[in-house]
Amino acid sequence: MSTPLATFIQDPNFLDVLYIIAFALFIQGLRGLSGPTTAVQGNRIAAVGMAIAVLATLLNRGEGNWGLIALGIVLGGAVGVPAARQVKMTAMPQMVALFNGVGGGAVFLIAWSEFRRSGGYTHTATYITIFSLFAAIIGSVSFWGSNIAFGKLQEIIPGRPITLGSAQQFVNLLLFALAVAAGVDIAAGDHSEAIFIGMLVCAALLGNAVVLPIGGADMPVVISLLNAFTGLSAAATGIALDNPALIVAGMIVGASGSILTNLMAVAMNRSIPAIVAGGFGGGGAVAGAEGAGEHAGTVRSTSAADAAIQLAYANRVVVVPGYGMAVAQAQHAVRELTKELEARGVEVSYAIHPVAGRMPGHMNVLLAEADVPYDQLKEMEEANPEFQRTDVSLVIGANDVTNPAAKNTPSSPIYGMPILEVSDSRSVIVIKRSMNPGFAGIENELYFDPKTAMLFGDAKSAVSEITTELAAL
Amino acid sequence: MILASTLTTNLAILVLAGFIGFVVISKVPNTLHTPLMSGTNAIHGIVLLGGLLVIGFAGNGVFNKVILVIAIAFGTINIVGGFLVTDRMLEMFKSKPKPAAKADPAEDKAAGGPS
Repeated sequence: MSTPLATFIQDPNFLDVLYIIAFALFIQGLRGLSGPTTAVQGNRIAAVGMAIAVLATLLNRGEGNWGLIALGIVLGGAVGVPAARQVKMTAMPQMVALFNGVGGGAVFLIAWSEFRRSGGYTHTATYITIFSLFAAIIGSVSFWGSNIAFGKLQEIIPGRPITLGSAQQFVNLLLFALAVAAGVDIAAGDHSEAIFIGMLVCAALLGNAVVLPIGGADMPVVISLLNAFTGLSAAATGIALDNPALIVAGMIVGASGSILTNLMAVAMNRSIPAIVAGGFGGGGAVAGAEGAGEHAGTVRSTSAADAAIQLAYANRVVVVPGYGMAVAQAQHAVRELTKELEARGVEVSYAIHPVAGRMPGHMNVLLAEADVPYDQLKEMEEANPEFQRTDVSLVIGANDVTNPAAKNTPSSPIYGMPILEVSDSRSVIVIKRSMNPGFAGIENELYFDPKTAMLFGDAKSAVSEITTELAAL
Repeated sequence: MILASTLTTNLAILVLAGFIGFVVISKVPNTLHTPLMSGTNAIHGIVLLGGLLVIGFAGNGVFNKVILVIAIAFGTINIVGGFLVTDRMLEMFKSKPKPAAKADPAEDKAAGGPS
C-alpha cells in the first residue's frame, strides 16, 4: 500500500491518536459503570475503544502473518463467545477467573516469544528487558493462580485449603526468590532460554502454591487480586512495546483490582497478606468439625406455615441473602416470595453485605437476574439503620455476616468485621440447612436470640414452601 | 537519549493512568462490583495488541508463531468473552417497569390485610 491515504493511516502518529481515542473510551466507559442506567452503554463504549485499539494495531506498517492472526482470533472467538453466552450467573466468579487466567497466559506467552525472537533480549534496552521480564513473571503467576481459582470454584479441585503445612511460606518465598533471581540473571545479560523457561516454571509453581492453600470462601479476594496482577502485567507489556493503549488500560485494571481487593479484605475484616497466607477460608472442613452444641441458649425452630404468617403480617421485611442462597440457586424462588409479599402491601428490600456471594457484588447480579428492581437492593451502610424499623428480617443462607459477635464479643475471630445488624429488627427468620457454623467456624449468637426463629432446610425449597403457604393464607 | 525519553513519557502515562483508575473506579457502587470486575477483566484483554504487534515482527520461528497464535486466541477469549458477559449482566440491572407501584403498606394492612 503506497497511496497517500495508506501512507496517512499507517503513520505512527495517526495510530497513536487512535490509541489515545481508545484509552479515552475505556475511561469514559468505566465512568458509565457508576450507575445502573449508564452501565450498559459504558461497557459498550469500552468495547468500541477496544475495537479501535485492535484496528490501530492491525494497521501498523510492520503487520503481517494475517493467516495466523485470523486463526488466533477465530479460535479465541469460538471459545469465548459461547462461554460468555451460556455461563450461568451463579458460575460468574469462575468465568471471570478463567477469562483473567487467559489474559495472564497471553502476557507471559508474548514475553516468551519476545525473548526468543530477540535472541534473549540482545540489542534490547535494559528497561524494556526488565518490564518484559516483570510481565512474564506476573502473567505466569496470574495464569496459573486463576486456573486454580477456577478449579476450586468449579469444584474440580477441592475448595478446602491444600497446604504444605508450615513449609508453605518457605516454599512460596523460595519460588519467588528463584523467579526473581532468574529474571535478574537475564536482565544482566544471560541469553539462555533454559533460564527464562526456569523463571516461567518458578512463577507457574508460585501461582499454584499461593492459590491452592486458600479456601473457597476467600476466592473472591484472590480473583480480584489476580485481576490486578494481570492488569499490571499488561501495563508492563505496554511499556516494553511502547504502546500507550496497553499502558493505560493495564494500569486502570491494576488500580481497579487493587481497590476491589482492598474493599473485600476490609469487609471480611482480614488483611490481604493473611488471606494470601491462606488456611482460613476452610468451608466444610472446619465447619463440620466444630458442629453445633456447646452454646448455652436454646434454638427455636419454626415451620414454613408459621414463617408465612409472620411475614404476611409484617409492614416491612428485609431479605438478607447469603452464599447459601446462591448455592441453592434460590434467587428466583426468593423473588416469587417477595412478589407475593409486595402484592400484600409489605414493603420489601434486600440488604446485601459487600462479601455476600462469591465475588464482590455477585449477590446483586443473581438478584438482578431474578428481576429484583435495582432500587430494592441496599448496600450495608444504607441497610443497617433501617433494621430498627424492620418487622421481619429474612436471612437466607447468610451466616457470619449477620453474627452479632462481630460487634459484641472482642474475643471472637470476626470481631470488628462490619456486619448487617439483623438483630436490631423486631424478629428474625433464618433459613439454613443445619446448625453448622459458617466458614469462619464460629457459632452465631443470632440463632440463640429469643426473637430468632430457625427454618431448617434447603434455601430454595424452604422459600418455595413459604410462598405456597403465603398464597394459601 | 531517545530511549530514556520514551521511558519517562511512558512512566508518566502509567502513573497518571493509575490515579485516574483509582478516581474512576472508586465511584462504582458495591452493587455493580461484579460487572466492574468482569468489565475491567475484558479491558486487560488488550494484551491481544501485544500478540498482534509481535507476530508482525520479522524473525519469529515456527515455535514462536505457535505460542503467539495461542496468545492471540487467549487475548481474544479475554476480550470477547469479558465484554459479552459483562453486557449480559448489566442488561439485567436495567430498570424494568415496576408492576406493583409502591402503595402505602400501612394503609393496605388496615384496609384489607391478609385474612
